[in-house]
Amino acid sequence: MQTIYRIMDVLLPFEIFRYDFMKDALLAILLLTPLLALLGTMAVNRRMAFFSDALGHSALAGLGIGVLLGFSNVTAILVVFGILFAILITRINRTGGASSDTNISVFSSAGIALGLLILSGDGKYKQYSNLLVGDVLTIRGSSNLIWLAVMLCAGIVLWAIMYNQLLLTAVNPQLAQSRGIRVSRIEYAFVILVAVEVMLSIRWVGVLLINALLILPAAAARNISRNALQHALFSVLISVFSGVAGLCISVPLRTSVGAAVVLCAALCYAVSLLIARLLRIRLQA
Amino acid sequence: MTEKPAQYDPTHRLHSEAEHAGHAHASHCGLCRIELENVSVTAGSDTLLKDVNMHIHCGQLTALVGPNGAGKTTLIRALLSQIPYTGAIRHIDEHERRLRSVRTGYVPQQLPFDRQIPVTVTDFIAAALTRRPVWTGISKKTRARVMEALSLAQAEKLANKQLGQLSGGELQRMLLAMALTPTPDLLILDEPVSGVDQNGLYLFLETVAQLRRSCHMAILLVSHDWSLVRKYADNVVLLNQTVLCAGNPDTVFGCETFREAFPALGREV
Repeated sequence: MQTIYRIMDVLLPFEIFRYDFMKDALLAILLLTPLLALLGTMAVNRRMAFFSDALGHSALAGLGIGVLLGFSNVTAILVVFGILFAILITRINRTGGASSDTNISVFSSAGIALGLLILSGDGKYKQYSNLLVGDVLTIRGSSNLIWLAVMLCAGIVLWAIMYNQLLLTAVNPQLAQSRGIRVSRIEYAFVILVAVEVMLSIRWVGVLLINALLILPAAAARNISRNALQHALFSVLISVFSGVAGLCISVPLRTSVGAAVVLCAALCYAVSLLIARLLRIRLQA
Repeated sequence: MTEKPAQYDPTHRLHSEAEHAGHAHASHCGLCRIELENVSVTAGSDTLLKDVNMHIHCGQLTALVGPNGAGKTTLIRALLSQIPYTGAIRHIDEHERRLRSVRTGYVPQQLPFDRQIPVTVTDFIAAALTRRPVWTGISKKTRARVMEALSLAQAEKLANKQLGQLSGGELQRMLLAMALTPTPDLLILDEPVSGVDQNGLYLFLETVAQLRRSCHMAILLVSHDWSLVRKYADNVVLLNQTVLCAGNPDTVFGCETFREAFPALGREV
């Protein structure tokens, strides 16, 4: 860890990164944002923004149930519950019933309510409220960062394996199926990957902001991309840029890092809309 | 067995591909026909298909016609093994032996999709042909394979277009290019010509009609366009839960059940 710090001192000779906690936070952001941005491209293409939002909210219920059953490992509870929740929503959406946005909304509200109900008992709520907002500045020590690095690598490998099949499925499931793709299996694999990534990131980003980090960079990139390569590339660039910019802005102002990051990403979205409009005008001219 | 025609033939690549693969005989895998025997499909208490018996021959274009809800798409899904069915679907080769499975190309009905999706035709076809994720870029070799596929449907010009920019006819040609790569033994076209302009339609069916002979492919076409069916089909099967009438176009369009199924069309046909 000291070696990495020393390298960072050389590369980033700025006042703001003098402290180790800032170096940790910067590393965490560099490890968190790219995978969220990549997964986001497909979440946006598949119109799953609402789904991932509900997934984030369900973290509260997951935590509540975990506490009730007396588990101490928060991350493990979140991941297990997230996977179950994602599978359940997907399953209900596949089998029909109400429209998918209605189903998701029901799950989302129920998740929050259940979480609040359990966690607010005994007045213990404050203890868990950091999950709502999350704080990347609290990430300390190499073990957390190593976990983030492992997740990034594993996530990118899995993502690379499933991407082509997911793309065909997103455009035309019947066509994908006729080419030997197991459509439901690949869809479940995707929602599980998103669930794991969201749940592992949520401690540092917070329930309220995790979805923005998944969706906003990909949505902004989509406005200015023509092909899949550009979409992935711009999404990662916007996401990393927003992450680093948000960190640099928020710390001197002593405000929430997550909120600043999301605002930066929202700004990128606005800019991307402008660029898209300019491009279109130039094409028409 | 068909000779390679002397004039320009958009399918000539299929020949060379098959020969390289060592299938220089009459058909690529030796498929001769597909037999459906008492194929039935039920969903809950509804009977979607009941005792369908029919043959689909290689080198012929078989048109599947029938009113809406007749089970045409269900039959296709059974042929693609996408839904459970009872009865038997047998793939028979030229020596009357059963083949395990055949390569099937499928051009689906046009479905609505997200037209803003930042994916080009090359991205999409490459995703179907290779394992390398297309967001990491596309190699020269893959690009060449994509162009080869597109040339089968005379659609090379579409390579750099985004999916959302394609017209109905262009989208069909892209889907046909994908269905033909790798070369299938059975090509299924599910109402491929709805919402396509006349010009695109002509181009599309000319391409398909050439394939059936030059590649000895079995082609199953679902269509509501009678003049088209009459012009291009070798066989017509009238379906409504079960096969009501089958044979050459004249026989089927002339039969009583056809006129009952489509009373309004009596004059047109």
